[in-house]
Amino acid sequence: MSLAVRVIPCLDVDAGRVVKGVNFENLRDAGDPVELAAAYDAAGADELTFLDITASSGDRETTYEIVRRTAEQVFIPLTVGGGVRTVEDVDLLLRAGADKVGVNTAAIARPELISEIAHRFGSQVLVLSVDARRCRSSDPARPVRTESGFEVTTHGGRRSTGIDAIGWARRAAQLGAGEVLLNSMDADGTKDGYDLELIRAVRAEVPIPVIASGGAGKLADFAPAVSAGADAVLAASVFHFGDLSIGEVKHSLREAGYPVR
Amino acid sequence: MTTGPAKRVVVLDYGSGNIRSAQRAVARQGVEVTVTSDFDAALEADGLFVPGVGAYAACMQGLRAVRGDRIIGRRLAGGRPVLGVCVGMQILFERGIEHGVETDGCAEWPGAVERIEAPVVPHMGWNVLDLPEGSRMFAGLPTDTRFYFVHSYAVQQWHLGDTGPLPPPKVAWCRYGERPFVAAVENGALWATQFHPEKSGDAGAALLANWVSTL
Repeated sequence: MSLAVRVIPCLDVDAGRVVKGVNFENLRDAGDPVELAAAYDAAGADELTFLDITASSGDRETTYEIVRRTAEQVFIPLTVGGGVRTVEDVDLLLRAGADKVGVNTAAIARPELISEIAHRFGSQVLVLSVDARRCRSSDPARPVRTESGFEVTTHGGRRSTGIDAIGWARRAAQLGAGEVLLNSMDADGTKDGYDLELIRAVRAEVPIPVIASGGAGKLADFAPAVSAGADAVLAASVFHFGDLSIGEVKHSLREAGYPVR
Repeated sequence: MTTGPAKRVVVLDYGSGNIRSAQRAVARQGVEVTVTSDFDAALEADGLFVPGVGAYAACMQGLRAVRGDRIIGRRLAGGRPVLGVCVGMQILFERGIEHGVETDGCAEWPGAVERIEAPVVPHMGWNVLDLPEGSRMFAGLPTDTRFYFVHSYAVQQWHLGDTGPLPPPKVAWCRYGERPFVAAVENGALWATQFHPEKSGDAGAALLANWVSTL
């Protein structure tokens, strides 16, 4: 295996500023996305991901402007997600300079959106973002059960859909998604490591690249995610607040026997 | 050292997708870049950059709509540099085969573009190459340099053997899945890469600088 494991910092962007909060709440400001993107590029990041967390209500033009400025300075792949609802949204982001676009809630509501985007722009631009969580039986009035034990959630994990997360990822791949960004809502913000069981379950069923997301807290967390089947590892707060560097993560992966750039 | 007027490069605009990156990545090599589908401008530029993403059939349709196949052919007949990237490389071959459907390409090189057989497709990320000897394209780059790929189809057999009195093309290969595939070709004025130099950071910049030096 000579294809390098990708290390991807994710920048949560709210109204043109980078933020990251535990479980998407208690947001904290951590800088200018364009500057941070250039810094990550210089630090050896293999790709960058912008997640526009205010996209559903905010001003989209702010996002396009940030994507444009980033694409002028940064020459590694850029994925932009958050609030992408239509083929036109994808077109505008690609034209602004995004290489890939993340789709989440809108595809759950209307799965044909995946095939429409793939047909027009190709599978390689389409990252299906899945916010997966273990089914909980804590609310006896509305028990949720799925075959795999993982379900798809929306609204940052606050809303249950009852859709099997593994089945959804598999179907999305069939519809034309080119990659899965697999975010564990159980692990997100805990810094206790990636959800390896979730990664294994998706890897076993889905023949497109899988990006592990949610739970990275220390260097020893990354190699197990790759061992579980992830093609790429994504993290946000550990990078933004300087707990870990891209170089340290790559070193730990190399030590574990995985190729890195 | 004397510096003449900046070289002019056209990035051929024949469809949607991210060509801003290509424009910026080439421009930072000190050339004047125009994104256009204008026939004469594309013909007359010092260098032509042919991007391409998505489906082969859709790309060929878009390319033909702006007479891109003729632009490429006429430039090459006059020895004028062309660089094809990703699907912009694939369309230079005879045909593409997607879901059993064959689409004619520009046929500058023999061979077919076929789906990659591997447990995980697309082939997405930074990979190393088997580099040809004496390449201008990769001049100055270490042999373990990684470039960024994102594609599900590739040319997995190289057919062009005897080139007569002309120097043989230099072919770089990449190993992924069941069969190695053509990662880059350097054939006189016609250069092409399956990977994205415009997205390959410093390595991509070095390759683009090598291309610009031929203009």
